[in-house]
Amino acid sequence: MVLAVQDPSEGADPRQELRSRAEIDRSCQGPVTLFVASAVAWLLFGSLLAMAASIKLHSPGFLSHHAWLTFGRVRPAHLNTVIYGWAAMVGIAAMLWLQTRLSRVTLVFPRLLTAIAWLWNLAVAAGTVAILAGHGTGVEWIEFPVPVALALALLFGAVGLVSFYTFARRPPGHIYVTQWYLFGAILWFPYLYLMAQLMIHLGGATGVVQGSANWWFAHNVLGLFLTPIGVGAVYYLIPKVIGRPIHSYYLSLLGFWSLALFYNWAGTHHLVGGPLPAWLISVGIVGSVMMFIPVTAVAINHHLTMVGHFHMLRTSPTLRFVVFGGMSYTLVSFQGSLQALRGVNEISHFTHYTVAHAHLGVYAFYSMVMFGAVYYMLPRMTGREWSSARLIRIHFWGSALGIALYWGGLTWGGWLQGRMMNDAAIPFLDIVRFTIPFLWSRSFAGVLMTIGHVAFAVLVWRMLAGAREPARAPGPTLLGRPRGEREINPAEAQ
Amino acid sequence: MNRTALLYAGIIFTVIISSIGLVFIPEYQLFRLEPVEAADGNLYPQPRTEFEEAGRRVYIAMGCVYCHSQQVRPEHFGADIDRGWGTRRSVARDYLYDQPHQLGTMRTGPDLVNIGSRQSDDNWHYQHLYDPELTSPGSTMPKFPFLFEKRTLEPGREPPFNAIRMPPGVLAENEYLLPTTDAQQLVAYLKSMRHDYAVPEAQP
Repeated sequence: MVLAVQDPSEGADPRQELRSRAEIDRSCQGPVTLFVASAVAWLLFGSLLAMAASIKLHSPGFLSHHAWLTFGRVRPAHLNTVIYGWAAMVGIAAMLWLQTRLSRVTLVFPRLLTAIAWLWNLAVAAGTVAILAGHGTGVEWIEFPVPVALALALLFGAVGLVSFYTFARRPPGHIYVTQWYLFGAILWFPYLYLMAQLMIHLGGATGVVQGSANWWFAHNVLGLFLTPIGVGAVYYLIPKVIGRPIHSYYLSLLGFWSLALFYNWAGTHHLVGGPLPAWLISVGIVGSVMMFIPVTAVAINHHLTMVGHFHMLRTSPTLRFVVFGGMSYTLVSFQGSLQALRGVNEISHFTHYTVAHAHLGVYAFYSMVMFGAVYYMLPRMTGREWSSARLIRIHFWGSALGIALYWGGLTWGGWLQGRMMNDAAIPFLDIVRFTIPFLWSRSFAGVLMTIGHVAFAVLVWRMLAGAREPARAPGPTLLGRPRGEREINPAEAQ
Repeated sequence: MNRTALLYAGIIFTVIISSIGLVFIPEYQLFRLEPVEAADGNLYPQPRTEFEEAGRRVYIAMGCVYCHSQQVRPEHFGADIDRGWGTRRSVARDYLYDQPHQLGTMRTGPDLVNIGSRQSDDNWHYQHLYDPELTSPGSTMPKFPFLFEKRTLEPGREPPFNAIRMPPGVLAENEYLLPTTDAQQLVAYLKSMRHDYAVPEAQP
């Protein structure tokens, strides 16, 4: 199998290449920016729900007088808006754009994709209202009512077909590693989602087997849907920004296929100690521990690609977000492998430790990579530059410090919570009281992250609405002065 | 194109195999499970009444699962049994009638799978749902005032028999509280939750 180390869009005639690349980027402008803008809107709404849920955990009286806003509804509404609204929509945007770039063809069926984006928004909105109205299914990660879920699966399938068609039109050439991951996401997600609906909501599985189906699905939403998009984007963006190919072809190969083989099996570690056959749990633990292989392969590959270019983290917004995300991927995966072990899980299960871990994955890894991807994609699609380096800095530090505090506080507090819970001499309500300061730290972290999201939204808004647009900026918006270069004087550049 | 086909085949193969391993084989292993006859001659687990099943839907609609698990881990694995959350570990058979499952992954509050054997007093449950701190000082569980109807007592009348008994000072002198149907169903469901019968796989 040929897998290119070199991005295939790097061709022989650089000027011709640049022209066609600009043409490809422009062709993405309508539908892909709509997906990005919608994703950012869901991110803001999801952040609001997150703040409400977080505050309720230490101050239960907050907004507690209406069934619509009770914790048990706001929390799943948060999860589903950030996963199916933010993460999925920004992921689809990245997938579509990466596929056109790597296939070296312009985007096909833009009107169909625009319609899909609107319908997707409609479905997520309907699902969220259903959850808040008390019609959620009560099964984690698949709370949307069945019709909404089926609609999303269908729409995602249509996006997949467009992606396949784009790929089929490509001139002969290599399949870049990013495309492997994209095909993974495209083929895995609809199967997972439909199978989960069938086995859990449509009566396919009895009793506790639904639990197994639930966590097979839910863990794979991260592992086989978001992770491939995230890792695929890192594989594209790091070489692009630093201008150097991926370190090793064989490591890419090993990383992809071991992920496909092992991540699939990891889900049942969410049921350690539960009323399921012991072998089933053991399989999940083995799958989780085997994840050391793909993660180590990808981490080494990315690190050796980056070596010598870390100084660019000072200047490039994309690189800063993407490398933060890539490093978090290593961290969250190693943590996850260890957390699956029975001895660790005995303590961490049922506590805020798990919540911290989940956010390290979806936020510190996936969302940070997607932020970086948006910082790279949008200027190329719209032909405008980001209006403010300061807002990008606020976004980065809000998100980075926010998630660090979030993870640190809940990991620490959750671990102690688990230790206390396993000591029957400690009254339960003492544990509840003990966790409250840690829950406050999470709310504070949430404020920081939300500030970052608002800065991000303002930037995206300005770029798309064209407000205060430096139409012909002297160059890309950088976070600092590149090494060995003097400050560009805007007057001189014009 | 051939290589692309191999890529697609590998991707599809890996996920189908995992769904067989983690979903279909367990289903094949467990779908024949049946209730067992206990010493009292009854079959356990017992199917829920319609009223209790409606209460389970309220439990789901209120999102109780996000803070309460429904599973007792085995002895010497955690302290579930020592905490009094059950007398034996939960087994697959206990969940025969659960659709959809509510096993849960979080214990912001205690496990509830045996709440029926721990707390059988309706009035306690109503007070706890109306304001958790009435029964459990320091609890961070949300209040569920919307599951109750507050009524004003006409002068000289006594509250009806089904009014919830409240500690003094919670309601005004001339007020009383009635549970809505949702609350009655929810409490019926909570009281039905018990894994305290003997099964061949685990003894209490």
